Amino acid sequence: MTLFLSYLINGISLGSVYAIIALGYTMVYGIAKMLNFAHGDVIMIGAYISFCATQYMGMPAIVSVLMAMAVCTVLGIVIEGLAYRPLRQAASLAVLITAIGVSYFLQNMALLIWGANPKSFSSVFDVGSISLFSGKLLISSETILTVLANIVIMIALTLFTGKTKIGKAMRAVSEDKGAAELMGINVNATISMTFAIGSALAAIAGVLLCSAYPTLQPTTGSMPGIKAFTAAVFGGIGSIPGAMIGGLLLGVIEILGKAYVSTELGDAFVFAVLIVVLLVKPTGLLGKQVHEKV
Amino acid sequence: MSLLKVEDIHVYYGNIHAIKGISFEVNEGEIVTLIGANGAGKSTTLNTVAGLLKPRSGAITFEDKSLLGTPASKVVSLGMALCPEGRRVFQQMSVRENLEMGGYTRPASEIDASLDDVFKRFPRLKEREKQIAGTLSGGEQQMLAMGRALMSKPKLLMLDEPSMGLAPILVEQIFDIIAELHAAGTTILLVEQNAQMALSIADRAYVLGTGMITMSGAAADVLADDRVRAAYLGG
Repeated sequence: MTLFLSYLINGISLGSVYAIIALGYTMVYGIAKMLNFAHGDVIMIGAYISFCATQYMGMPAIVSVLMAMAVCTVLGIVIEGLAYRPLRQAASLAVLITAIGVSYFLQNMALLIWGANPKSFSSVFDVGSISLFSGKLLISSETILTVLANIVIMIALTLFTGKTKIGKAMRAVSEDKGAAELMGINVNATISMTFAIGSALAAIAGVLLCSAYPTLQPTTGSMPGIKAFTAAVFGGIGSIPGAMIGGLLLGVIEILGKAYVSTELGDAFVFAVLIVVLLVKPTGLLGKQVHEKV
Repeated sequence: MSLLKVEDIHVYYGNIHAIKGISFEVNEGEIVTLIGANGAGKSTTLNTVAGLLKPRSGAITFEDKSLLGTPASKVVSLGMALCPEGRRVFQQMSVRENLEMGGYTRPASEIDASLDDVFKRFPRLKEREKQIAGTLSGGEQQMLAMGRALMSKPKLLMLDEPSMGLAPILVEQIFDIIAELHAAGTTILLVEQNAQMALSIADRAYVLGTGMITMSGAAADVLADDRVRAAYLGG
């Protein structure tokens, strides 16, 4: 029983990281109607920045995270402005291929700067762990932080999109860009800001991910990125609570699958979920039905 | 005094020459209507004035300032609001949030007073303040779209097919509201397929036929014209 609980906790922890990444996917999709496949690589850049800040520059952990967020925010805005904005009117396939191109560009840039050798990322945080059932069940410091970060981000985003003027403008743009412009909303600036927020979240996810799985290399972001994309589709792409639920469920499914069925097939479970969701409920758990306007 | 002046604009969709040199003006305090068949270019004209489309040549001036090169998001704060064809309310946002978006360019301190004004004019919207806009009836959505446009306190209100898809009784209601808004001092540029209704409340009218103005004059004269009667009013 305690073993099951510890698997479950690991699943929730991993799922929380997926959820934070999936939020970036889903917000960008919601507003720009594009899949930013370079999102996973922004995570990797964030983790490298945090790694360099703590290892080479001797910065405290929290400063390193803030630095990673700042760099990724700028990176997100630059990627959107240079690579995606010129394609605003282009076919979605062109945008998709561009996103894959940006993904390879970021990976190879990281390869050039930091080399191919994996860096050993030492956990940047220590808030102490919780020991339950007289030491049989240990909840690690990383897990506590990851889950807390996830909850805080979820609440903050919900308040932001529901209560603030800019957040509401983001929802308006995601529904109807033309109508939003008629209201006086600057659509390009709003899309930029969505990329900025998504990328800042990616930086946090990168640090959390590498704290739990401490190998950092240029391809570190791609698998979690694709799994988080699966989580976003699972929960209903475009939906913020959907990304959260999809991420958590996917993390738990992956860890339980690895623990009870087969370690090698863990990733396969994740993608099996994607296939089943696409077959049974293509809009995802909380996805909105898209009405064709006549 | 002329509030809006459009001179010889040409608009293209790709290679399609949709607007072939249209000129018209709207004077302060008037209701001016553009009528014409489907595809004549009425909505294209309004969208161009609102800044959503760019004319390839020609001039558009509002209060003697050129609007060319002004993005749609800046046009609103100059005092011009477009209530678009098909209403285009934000379906997943509440009635109140839709109205707040209408007042996006206004300072926060003025929003509550404007909300009160809109709710006074459209009591139905007040009743449904918290409701999600997508669940409103067609007539209510039209009221919401008009209320949303009014939130920016426009000097010129442009209405694109406000009666489209509405039951006759609602069409009358909407036109009563347009007349009230006009009486309260708003200048109105109205695009309609329901030519009979539009001409009955307008001061002046322009008739559009495939990208060109084929006739213009006082609304009463246009309404009495045999060619217009034959083409748009069912004989």
